[in-house]
Amino acid sequence: MRADLVEQPIDVAALVAEVASVESGATTVFVGTVRDVNDGRPVTGVDYSAYAAMASAELTRIVAEAVARFGTERVAVEHRLGALTLGDVSVGIAVSHPRRAQSMDAARYVIEEIKKRVPIWKREHYADGTREWVDPSRAPHPVTTQIP
Amino acid sequence: MNVRVLLFASYADALGADALQVDVPEPVRVRDVLSVIQNRAAHAVPPAPLVAVNAEYADMDRVLSPNDEVAIIPPVAGG
Repeated sequence: MRADLVEQPIDVAALVAEVASVESGATTVFVGTVRDVNDGRPVTGVDYSAYAAMASAELTRIVAEAVARFGTERVAVEHRLGALTLGDVSVGIAVSHPRRAQSMDAARYVIEEIKKRVPIWKREHYADGTREWVDPSRAPHPVTTQIP
Repeated sequence: MNVRVLLFASYADALGADALQVDVPEPVRVRDVLSVIQNRAAHAVPPAPLVAVNAEYADMDRVLSPNDEVAIIPPVAGG
């Protein structure tokens, strides 16, 4: 069971290898990557920043919850911070379990909880040169507050 | 009581700092610290933001101790 903030590219194959076991019949991998458009605006890159002490603690709590709920210790999560470009992996989650339902449910649980709780922020860079902190709780709308 | 409040992302930009010191008469609750910040923030910090004390989410009525680390948490966007 591991959850880390990282500042280097995430090696997804390594996460899979980390959770592998002859006891596991099912491995699930979630890979989050930087998309080229958000709310209709072309994206050129993103900066991820965090309240590091709390983000680490919250990631660890989420993984511990997944371990308890889904009955596997074999959960490995990395979230990357810093400047990322299109297609870069922002988050990698690997879970293995004897059975596929629990394996997939655990991976889903982890990503959904990360998105709700972990104090990580994303500043998007757009093709028009502007940059903006992303607020996933806001409904899409044409005019937004911009931080230059 | 002197309380150090950590700021991040859009709130740090709006207030021009990564951290602020606020002085509040005891007993100090989270909501009291938040009031001071909101008075300085001119609507950049909403009425009921997420707040953390010592790296865990806390509610508005949490009573603070002298060395508690308080943070105001803008809408999160991890994953």
